[in-house]
Amino acid sequence: MPHVTRKWELFPGKNKFCCDGRIMTAPHTGVFYVTLGLIVGTSMLFFTFDCPFLAARITPAIPVVGALMFLFVMSTLLRTSFSDPGVIPRATPDEAAYIEKQIVPNNANSPTQRPPPRTQEIRVRGHPVKLKYCFTCKIFRPPRASHCSLCDNCVERFDHHCPWVGNCVGKRNYRHFYLFIVSLAFLCVFIFACAVTHIILLTRDDRQFLEAVKDSPASVISGVICFFSVWTILGLSGFHTYLTASNQTTNEDIKGLFTSRPGMEGLNPYSEGNVCSNCFFVLCAPLSPSLIDRRGIVTPEYAAERAAERAREQESRDTVIANNKSYGTVITQQPSINGTVLPSEGQAAHVTNIIQHTQMQQFQQQQMQQQLQLQHNLQQQHHQQQQQQQQQTPPPPPPPQQLAISQSLGNHLQNSSAGSLHFSHTSPGLPAINGMELMLLDRQELNNSSSNLMVDNERITIIGPCTMDDLDIDLEVPVVGELGGNSCASTNLESIHRNDSSAPLSASRLQLLQDTTMIESALDLDSLEDSSVGGGSTAGLIKMNGL
Amino acid sequence: MNHSSPLNEVPDPNQANQCVKVFVQRDYSDGTMIKFQTRFPPELEDKIERQAFEYTVNQMNAYFQEAEEASCSTYCEGCLACLTAYLMYICVQTHFEKCLRKIAKFVIEQNERVYQPRGLLLTNPVDRGLRVIEISILDQQMVPRT
Repeated sequence: MPHVTRKWELFPGKNKFCCDGRIMTAPHTGVFYVTLGLIVGTSMLFFTFDCPFLAARITPAIPVVGALMFLFVMSTLLRTSFSDPGVIPRATPDEAAYIEKQIVPNNANSPTQRPPPRTQEIRVRGHPVKLKYCFTCKIFRPPRASHCSLCDNCVERFDHHCPWVGNCVGKRNYRHFYLFIVSLAFLCVFIFACAVTHIILLTRDDRQFLEAVKDSPASVISGVICFFSVWTILGLSGFHTYLTASNQTTNEDIKGLFTSRPGMEGLNPYSEGNVCSNCFFVLCAPLSPSLIDRRGIVTPEYAAERAAERAREQESRDTVIANNKSYGTVITQQPSINGTVLPSEGQAAHVTNIIQHTQMQQFQQQQMQQQLQLQHNLQQQHHQQQQQQQQQTPPPPPPPQQLAISQSLGNHLQNSSAGSLHFSHTSPGLPAINGMELMLLDRQELNNSSSNLMVDNERITIIGPCTMDDLDIDLEVPVVGELGGNSCASTNLESIHRNDSSAPLSASRLQLLQDTTMIESALDLDSLEDSSVGGGSTAGLIKMNGL
Repeated sequence: MNHSSPLNEVPDPNQANQCVKVFVQRDYSDGTMIKFQTRFPPELEDKIERQAFEYTVNQMNAYFQEAEEASCSTYCEGCLACLTAYLMYICVQTHFEKCLRKIAKFVIEQNERVYQPRGLLLTNPVDRGLRVIEISILDQQMVPRT
C-alpha cells in the first residue's frame, strides 16, 4: 500500500498524534497516564473487591451503576485527551503577508520605526476587546483565543492547558472536560461510600474494625485514594460549574477580565444572558468541527505552502537583527568561536541569562532595549588561564560573593538604540547569590543610551532576597540549552568581553521580551507564546525593580 | 502590477498560486460566532459587483449562523450526545457537519456562477481555519516579496 502523507504529519504545532492522526494529545502526556492509572486502578480495586460483596449484601444495582459511571468517566476523559481542543490553524504565508501589510506603521519612512501595533481594538457587543497578534501563528487571535506555549498553538476559547488530561482544554473539548470532572467527582464519592459501607458491614458481623480492615485491605486503599482526591475534584467541578454558568474560561477568570472595576461595569460580553442558557450554550451547543483537518491528504500545494511557512520561520530565526529592526530592538553578540567552554561540563556551567530587556515606549524616536547578561562562571583551572589572557577580566578570581558587571563597549554603540549590560559572575562553588554585590564597572554606555534602568551608583547592592531568588531559578543549567545552543550556551567570558563580539539571541526570546514590555498584567501569559519559552522559563525575565 | 518574469528568477514552489489574494476578515461585533465582514474590499473594485460580493458573504454568514444556531433540535442533539458520553458522534454526523457540507456546495456553486467568470476564486473558509474568506485574483501576479 503506498504511503499517503496526511496533514498531521506536517502539523506545525508540538502536538503528538497517534493512529494516523485520529488521536491528538499534548507533547507531554506523562501526567495523563498517572490520571488514567489512578482512575482505572481505583475502579478496578472497587470492582474486584467491593462490588461482589455489596451486590450480594445490598443490591445488584451497585456494580451496574458503578460500571456506567466508570464508562462515562473514561469516555469523557479519553475524548478530552485525544480530541482537538479547537486549534486555530496558522495563517498561510499569503494571509500572513496580507495581515502584516495592514499592520505596517504609518511613519515607515522615519529612521527609527515605531513598533507596529500588535493589538487590534474591536468591540464585541459594545465591549472593547483587544485582539493580540500572535507571532507564531501570524494571526490576530480571535477573542477568547490564546496561545498555548506547551502545544505551540492558538486555541479557540482557550480555557487552560491541563497536564492531567494531557491536552489543552478549549472550545471543542471543554464540554467533555467539564463532564469528565463532574462525573469523576460523582464516581469518587460513590466509590468512597461503597468502600466505607463495605468496612462498616464487615464490622457489623461481630468483628473488630482492625479485623475488618485486614479482611478487606482493597476497600481501604480505594477509600483512601478517593477520600484524598474527592476534595480537589469537588472543588474543581464547583469552580467549573461557576465558570460554565457564567460562560467564562479559566483563563479569563484568572486574568479577571470581567470583574467589575470602579467606574467600569464588569460584564462578560460573551455571556448568553442567564445561567441556564449559558450552561446550554457551553455544554450542548453544536460542536464545531476541527479546523486542522488532521486526516486530510497533503496536496502538493499544501506541502508547498507549509514549506514556505517553514522557510519563513527559519528566515525570521536567522535574521534576527534584520527582523527586529522594525521593532526597534537590536542586540547583537557573536557566538564563541573557540569553543573552549563546555557548558554542561560538571559544575563549570556558564549560564548566560537575559535578565532584563526593557523597551521604552515613551521614546518614540528611540526604542531602548536593555539586555543584561549575567554570566555565571565557576572557577576552573583552565578557565582561569584563559581569563588571565583577557585584558578586561580582573586577573585574580574575585572574592567569592562578588558579581562584576562589566559592560561591553564599542560595538553596541553602533546600535544607538541598544544598550547592553553584561553581568559576569565569578565564584567558586555553586551559586549562592543571596546578598551578593553587584559592581558596575563601566557605565559609559548606560549614560549614553538614556536607559531607564535604575542603576545610579557604581555599586549596587541587591537588597531584596526575592530578587535573587528569581536569579537562582534562572541560573539553572537547562536555561542554557533553551537559549539556543549557537549563541548563549557557548558564550564565555572571552566572547563577552571581546569588543567586536555579537551573538544573535534567539528571535523568539527577543519577541518574548518585547511582548512583555507591552503587557499590562503579570498574568498575561499569552505573550509567552514562543517555542523557546515552552520550557516554562517565565522566570527568564527578572524584575530589576529591586535594584 | 509588475509581472515577475519567471525566467530569471529562482523557481518558487509557490509560484503557481502567487496571485493577489484578498482576505475578508471575521466580524466579532456580535460575539465569537462565525461571521465575516461584509465591507467591500477595495482590491475587488472593478472585479466584481458589490452586490454579488455582499450576497456571497451574507449567504455564508447565514449558513454559519444556521450551523451554530441554538435551536431546539441542536440542543437535543447536544444533550443526547452528552447522555451517551459523546459516543453518539461516532456514528452520527453532527448538525454542524451537515451545514459545512452545504457551505462547501455553496462555495463551489458561487465559484462556477460568479467568481470564475470574473477571474476570481473563492476559497472555502473552512480550509482557512474559519479565519478568513480568501478571494484570489487569478490574473494578477503578486508583487514579489522583498
